[in-house]
Amino acid sequence: MKHLLSDSLVITKRQVLQLARIPELLIFSTIQPVMFVLLFRFVFGGSISTGQPGGYVQLLMPGIFVQTVAFTLAATASGLAQDMEKGLIDRFRSLPISRGAVVIGRTFGDALLNILVLAVMAAAGFAVGWRPTSGFMRVALGFLFLFAFGYALSWIGIYVGLVVRDARVVQNVGFLVTFPMTFLSNAFAPTTGMPRALQYVAEWNPVSSMVAACRQLFGLKNEFGATASSWPSQHPLETSLLYMILLMAIFIPLSVRKYANTSS
Amino acid sequence: MKTVSAEHLVKSYNKGAVKALDDLSLDVAEGTVLSVLGPNGAGKTTTVRILATLLKPDSGNAHVAGIDVIKHPDKVRELIGLSGQYAAVDETLTGWDNLVMFGRLYHLGKQQSINRANDLLERFSLTDSARRPIKTYSGGMRRRLDLAASLIVQPKVLFLDEPTTGLDPRGRMEMWGVIEELVTGGVTVLLTTQYLEEADQLADEIAVIDHGTVIARGTSDVLKKQVGGERLEITAENQDLAKVQEIIAGISASATHIDGRTVSAPVSTGSSALIQALRALDEASIHPLDIALKRPSLDDVFLSLTGHVAEESLPEPVKKKKRGGK
Repeated sequence: MKHLLSDSLVITKRQVLQLARIPELLIFSTIQPVMFVLLFRFVFGGSISTGQPGGYVQLLMPGIFVQTVAFTLAATASGLAQDMEKGLIDRFRSLPISRGAVVIGRTFGDALLNILVLAVMAAAGFAVGWRPTSGFMRVALGFLFLFAFGYALSWIGIYVGLVVRDARVVQNVGFLVTFPMTFLSNAFAPTTGMPRALQYVAEWNPVSSMVAACRQLFGLKNEFGATASSWPSQHPLETSLLYMILLMAIFIPLSVRKYANTSS
Repeated sequence: MKTVSAEHLVKSYNKGAVKALDDLSLDVAEGTVLSVLGPNGAGKTTTVRILATLLKPDSGNAHVAGIDVIKHPDKVRELIGLSGQYAAVDETLTGWDNLVMFGRLYHLGKQQSINRANDLLERFSLTDSARRPIKTYSGGMRRRLDLAASLIVQPKVLFLDEPTTGLDPRGRMEMWGVIEELVTGGVTVLLTTQYLEEADQLADEIAVIDHGTVIARGTSDVLKKQVGGERLEITAENQDLAKVQEIIAGISASATHIDGRTVSAPVSTGSSALIQALRALDEASIHPLDIALKRPSLDDVFLSLTGHVAEESLPEPVKKKKRGGK
């Protein structure tokens, strides 16, 4: 136990080294979100009318931030599954290191990557007209929320990676989970256009809460949600926090246990 | 006191559908090499995974240096090195990166990890490639680095799971040299292999396993004796064959066998049969092309023990598809 943190950091450092050795990895993990910013801004931006000053991009950016952070779940899962396939996890498990260090270290590494990706996206958003109006502290808090949400989700990624094991399957599973999760929400379009049943799903979706929370923190009215007047859509900040705590409370112990008992 | 011991290990997969280990017991004396020999699916890897704390058996006991593997895996992990069938290192990182990382994970200090990495790279002739990503390494270099990673802290027991599978002959010879050197240094080794000649070459003792249990064990010599005696084989020019056959018939009690220009027959008197044959050949002024007392190979051992041939899955060249006629 006394080595838990230092062992985890060694694993984190490995991921940083990987990025240094293959800079393409870094470039591609930032290109995709920037591409989404540009696509949505210029493909839908013209045709979706909003009552917000500043137009669609103000509502879009929080949605894209949350989506990008959610997508990294798949990267976490496939990275871990790859290590399992290659036998690297076996090697780690045969070493006298703390239980949990390998998976904790990976979540740290992915968190670092998330910081970078969020920064690049914020810059891209700024370039296409995104201007949060709520002041530095609220915007910073918004990013802290995004960062924390990404961290909580990475534990789902860890669990999926440990359970599925096959890196290519994991990629697919990751997209099967994250695509509906991010689109069945208020991230890109008003939930009012959805069938009634989906509206409830969308409003209880953690992604919607996060998007609504970010919009609120960035100084916007959350007009894409709040149609079914559910509790989450009225209290996005509280709901988001609850979801994060819940996710980590479930998936951290599950993952650490799964790691310790993993065998093939 | 045995350094490694496994008693009555049972392990099944898929809720009992596949029985990987079926009451397997073995042990390794301190400072010796035990080779676990068997075909694919015999249970070799499962055995190693249990002893190396990666897998819990359904029942049975296992000890490494007197420590219970199931109850105190953490303590066992401090004493063992594991080098797997697949190179378990980070392929995107350089050899040096990997060894330093493993040093840190063994809780060596930063400088100590660096020194150890440099020493090991030197020792395994990898210094020139130390700063290149592992994925640019040849199969043999990769295995050597993998082995180096299991020697960061001088292990008491080294588990080598098919250390040369997939290597070309040169890589295999290099690997054998490295392993022999380690053994001279006093480490206890449990090595699995499906190469009969590898077991013969490296092991003090061999445990032959099939269907999850040990079907025979002993030194290479004992196992060979178990299969049967030696054969006297003489190869000669065609015109001498009749006389050679006569000589062999005079030494052996059994029927002679002719295969091309080689005449052979089972003998029971060992080297004196050889001397006897040489004298007779000399008296008859015959200069044989080759003369040998052939001892049974481990192939023969395996065949006679299991009733089927060991799967020699040496890497085969990719077969080209035959084109059908028009």
